[in-house]
Amino acid sequence: MNSYLLDALRAKFPDDLLETHAFRGDETAVIRKEALLKAAAFLRDGLGFDFLMDLTAADYLPRDPRFELVCHFYSSAHNYRLRLKCPVYADDAVVASLTQLWPGANWFEREVYDMFGIKFDGHPDLRRILMYDGFEGHPLRKDYPLKKRQPRIPHRD
Amino acid sequence: MGLETAFGHSYLTTRLDEAVNWARKYSLFNYPFVTACCGMEFMATFASTYDIARFGAEYPRFSPRQADVLFVVGTVNEKLAPVLKRVYDQMCEPKWVVSFGVCATSGGFYDNYATVQGIDKIIPVDIYIPGCPPRPEAVLDALIKLQEKIAKESVLDRKYR
Repeated sequence: MNSYLLDALRAKFPDDLLETHAFRGDETAVIRKEALLKAAAFLRDGLGFDFLMDLTAADYLPRDPRFELVCHFYSSAHNYRLRLKCPVYADDAVVASLTQLWPGANWFEREVYDMFGIKFDGHPDLRRILMYDGFEGHPLRKDYPLKKRQPRIPHRD
Repeated sequence: MGLETAFGHSYLTTRLDEAVNWARKYSLFNYPFVTACCGMEFMATFASTYDIARFGAEYPRFSPRQADVLFVVGTVNEKLAPVLKRVYDQMCEPKWVVSFGVCATSGGFYDNYATVQGIDKIIPVDIYIPGCPPRPEAVLDALIKLQEKIAKESVLDRKYR
C-alpha cells in the first residue's frame, strides 16, 4: 500500500529504514536506533509533525534486540499520525534523547528509563519519575520478578 | 426546652462505658484518605441522598489530629505507604480505621510491584468494606457496624496498639 509519509521517509533514509507497514491508515516505520534523532528531526521540520504524542517502550524478552522504543507523532496542521519504532539491544540500551526537538519528551523518557532502564543520551535530567528513591531494578522489564516487593516501611506481620 | 420541668432535680445513673461510647459512636469525625475512584462513592455517601449525617459522621476533618475515623478510600501503593502510616500515627486515641473498597482491603486486582496488598500491612483496620467501588448502602452498613463495635468497647481496655 502506498503511503505518502512512509514513501517520504523511505526516500530520505533508504539505509536506515528497516521496515514499514500500514494497516487501515495506521502507519508505522521501524528505523535503526542510530538514525532516530535525524528521522525525528525530519518528521518535525520536513513533514510537519509538531506534536510528540507518546514515547514509550516494549520488552520482547527473549528476542534480540530485546527492547523496542515506540514514538507516536501527530501533525496538528495536517491531521497526520505516524508511529516510529526502533529496536534497542539489551547490551547497548542507550537511545538519543528527543528533548531537544520536543521538550515534552522529557517526562516520557524519564518514565521509560524508570520502567525499562533504557538510557537517553542528551537528556537534561534523567531520574526516576514514578518509583521512589531506593527502588532497585526496572519493574516493566519481563525479567523483573512478578511477586517482588520493595516496601519503604516494614509491613505488619 | 422545658425538659428541666419534666425531670426537676433528678439525676440519671449509667455505666461510664455506656455514656462514653454513646457519645463516641454518634460523633465520628472522619479523615478521608482518598486516593482513587472509590472517592466518588464516598462523596455520594456524604451527599444528601444517602446523608451520612443521620449517623452523626458527616463531619470530615482534614487534619488527622482532629479525626476519630480514618477512611482509607482507594489503592495504596508502596510509595504512599509511609504517608498513610504517618497520618495514622498523628491521630489521637481513640481512633478507628475503615478500609474502603477492595483495593484498600487487599490490593484488589492490582497484584503488582507497586501496590500494597491491603492496608492492614501498614496499619490496623477495624472495618473492611468490599466492593469496587462499594455502594453507599455498603458504606452506611459499615458505619453502623463500626458503631456497634465502638459500643462494645470499654474506656479501660483501649490501649495503644
